Amino acid sequence: MSAQTETHQEEEQLNYLTNGKSLKSWLLTGDHKRIAILYLISTALFFMVGGIFAGLIRIELTSPTGVLLETETYNRVFTAHGLVMIFMFLIPAIPAVLGNFVLPLMIGARDLAFPRLNLLSWYTYMVGGILITWALCIGGVDTGWTFYTPLSTSYSHGPISLAILGAFVVGFSSIFTGINFIATIHKMRAPGMTWFRLPLFVWAMYGTSVVILLGTPVVAITLALVMVERWTGIGIFSPELGGDPVLFQHMFWFYSHPAVYIMILPAFGVISELIANFSRKRIFGYHFVAFSTLAIAGLGFLVWGHHMFVSSQSMYEGIVFSLISFLVAVPSAIKIFNWTATIYKGNVRLNTPMIYAICFMMLFTVGGLTGLFLSSMGTDVHLTATYFVVAHFHYVMVGGAITGFLGGVHYWWPKMTGRMYPEGIARVNAILIFIGFTATFVPQFIVGFMGMPRRYHYYYFAPEFQIYHILSTMGASILAIAFFTPATYLIWSLFKGEKASANPWGAHGLEWEIASPPDSHNFHHIPIVTDEVYDFPGVEYAHPSHGPKKKKSKEAEPATKGKH
Amino acid sequence: MLKLFNFPMSPEQASTFAPEHDALFYTLTILTVIFSTLIGVLVLFFAIRYREGSKVDRSRPIYEHMPLELTWTIIPTILGLIVFFFGARLFVKMRTPPEDALDVYVIGKQWMWHAQHAPSGVRENNTLHIPINKPIRLTMISQDVIHAFYVPEFRVQYMVVPGRYTTQWFQATKPGVYHIFCNMYCGGQHSEMGGYVYAMEPKDYANWLSNGGTDLVAKTMEERGAATFEKLACGQCHTASDTPKGPSLYGLFGRTRKFTDGSSQVANDAYFRHSLIDPYEKINEGYDKTMQVYDELSEEEILNLIAYTKSLGTSAEPKPAEPSLAPKKGVANPGSSKENQAKLAVGALAHENERPQPGPKPGNLSVGALSTESGAKR
Repeated sequence: MSAQTETHQEEEQLNYLTNGKSLKSWLLTGDHKRIAILYLISTALFFMVGGIFAGLIRIELTSPTGVLLETETYNRVFTAHGLVMIFMFLIPAIPAVLGNFVLPLMIGARDLAFPRLNLLSWYTYMVGGILITWALCIGGVDTGWTFYTPLSTSYSHGPISLAILGAFVVGFSSIFTGINFIATIHKMRAPGMTWFRLPLFVWAMYGTSVVILLGTPVVAITLALVMVERWTGIGIFSPELGGDPVLFQHMFWFYSHPAVYIMILPAFGVISELIANFSRKRIFGYHFVAFSTLAIAGLGFLVWGHHMFVSSQSMYEGIVFSLISFLVAVPSAIKIFNWTATIYKGNVRLNTPMIYAICFMMLFTVGGLTGLFLSSMGTDVHLTATYFVVAHFHYVMVGGAITGFLGGVHYWWPKMTGRMYPEGIARVNAILIFIGFTATFVPQFIVGFMGMPRRYHYYYFAPEFQIYHILSTMGASILAIAFFTPATYLIWSLFKGEKASANPWGAHGLEWEIASPPDSHNFHHIPIVTDEVYDFPGVEYAHPSHGPKKKKSKEAEPATKGKH
Repeated sequence: MLKLFNFPMSPEQASTFAPEHDALFYTLTILTVIFSTLIGVLVLFFAIRYREGSKVDRSRPIYEHMPLELTWTIIPTILGLIVFFFGARLFVKMRTPPEDALDVYVIGKQWMWHAQHAPSGVRENNTLHIPINKPIRLTMISQDVIHAFYVPEFRVQYMVVPGRYTTQWFQATKPGVYHIFCNMYCGGQHSEMGGYVYAMEPKDYANWLSNGGTDLVAKTMEERGAATFEKLACGQCHTASDTPKGPSLYGLFGRTRKFTDGSSQVANDAYFRHSLIDPYEKINEGYDKTMQVYDELSEEEILNLIAYTKSLGTSAEPKPAEPSLAPKKGVANPGSSKENQAKLAVGALAHENERPQPGPKPGNLSVGALSTESGAKR
């Protein structure tokens, strides 16, 4: 890019990490990069908590009569797993961590449009997180993360209002982030950064933000109504009070289905970046990939009823929802095909982020296709709420969103920290995640087809399910190790990792034209963009350990020089 | 049935819907395998072939190709629409019960299923006896939270909602014992809210109905009491050992009961009668107001229940360590194959499998003792 780049002189310049070392300078920061780091630490902690719950579930299911937990506890554990993973990790993970960090850098802005709102978003997230944690600590909630009425309003005891309040508050942190992103993308693009020069990650963030803004208020209202009914007895959902329990499902899924896209669209964005930059080739069908994001964001609002084919909505309603659900699968397929075509005739570097991207494509394809079983009504009747559904959405959420997140974290790690992670172990670990993941969830497809309902603690009346649970738990133990390893080597790399250059991957994008880690204000001069997106001339590796061995001689050459 | 070594990989096909469902399911499975293999192979092949430094032809790369884009937009759309059509067709069938269907009314509540057969009025708990080759229409409602009535071998499931009737129908094709699962999380013992569908030959079903829901007619007072005990699902709370939900009935008769107000009484006939029709006047020490009021029972039913309770042992007799029962034949066992026998024994009343059940004394009774079977086999 012919932007007015600051070459990354190694002379002691304050970067965003060293500019102010006090705790206060972190907790009161307006710097989008620092807020991203705050989010990274907090979401990682919540992911660990949610992972422990997942482990407990897997251990428990190895025996038809349970291993460690009472049924009451088990019900609280799976509820906690869902609550923490969805509200505290999956929804904020990519937008609030990676989006926060790289979105302004990608469009050549010095920060997000509203830095204080951004900080408020993190505090709101933490308040919600503390409320949920508090609810879990004083006894937990046994309603399932879906809070279906009238179980949650009239029949279940425990700190349900507190947990709901937590989810309600966390929703606002997403809304703040969404507002910020939309305003930033509209108003703060650098000169020359036209809409169709935006990296696809920015498109993904835009689509996600629109979904957040339109969807989250609905779930906030729904959850608020549950609290109103619990506290005042005003009948909204409980039939005894004159309410309608299925109304809750409509309102809940009106948000929670689009919420799936809040989790997966950002991962699509990350994967587009990884595929283009590691194939070192302009992405195939840029416009199709960009518009498919918007198509998913739009159609995603019209499919919530496919969660409710058997919940007494009318048959004709179901047919319409089913039809639209099949249509929403098409834009995802378009993305997959375009990515595949991008790799064709590329110049592929198989670094860790690219391995994650390849894993993503394989896992997400399975996740997406198994979704067809569930949008097809005849098969959904049998499969809904079984382990088939559990396996399907884990393929999308873990195989998709988390793989994308990890790929993104590895890709931007040098930019965020100024250090390289150890490439060898990271590559092996990415493959290990793929293996562990497949071993965990393929057996769940089978046991779900056999009829194992989700959220079951005991299954002694159907002992034929056990073998698949044991296989699944074996896979989960591999997966647990594979999820823990990056935490260790990434932290290790903070201290011992090789120093990163401005553009260790030879990637194309404004964020790679400034130093790693960037200064507090990102760009000394706002860049002027004159070239197209993913426009690859030959850029060489700056880090021999991350490139082919024979390229060693190029080490001394600063990466960003020599472009054009 | 598909098998992996000796492990089943698919549920039995036991209804008219099952073959059609499975045809669609396997078609989708094949599509999934083809497409994910295609993508996986292409991605890996391209990534390796075009890895950096490999000497391959990279000339004239393309970045936009409208015909290609249209191809991979239109083909998945058409495939999707075809699958949609067959899925919707099956669903419409599932949602349209035939006129001549037999009606069964199902009530779901935390955590049991209650079914009543029309027009005979025969009732049962956690089981559903049906004739094969006859469409059955369930009209369902919940007494508390949302449940779902799910029979995987029939490939049918529908939610059971409080405050409104929902329906589903199916037609069993072969005799056997099939699972009932509650498949909408309903709190507490959700995973144990289940039971069994007994699909029977029509003549066995007629027999079962004419005997009022049992294979053999109760003759003695104990037997009648045991039938009532079973019908009301008293065994949900009164198990072989004392639980917070209720005391065990083994050896209870004749024992001195202490009440929360400090008074006490010997558990005689009058005590039992009073406990049934007005349980809250005096609460036993260590218990809450968990007992339901059964003031609608006839005096005859009460006497039968007391007789049944006596048959579980009076305080003079030692409490049986483990109730042992020779397996009885024909307790609503349609297929009477080995497999079905075993299935029955494992979880005839799936709920209480964990605990031995209070049941009639060995060799004494032949009816209404589904629950004892599970206890006996353990």
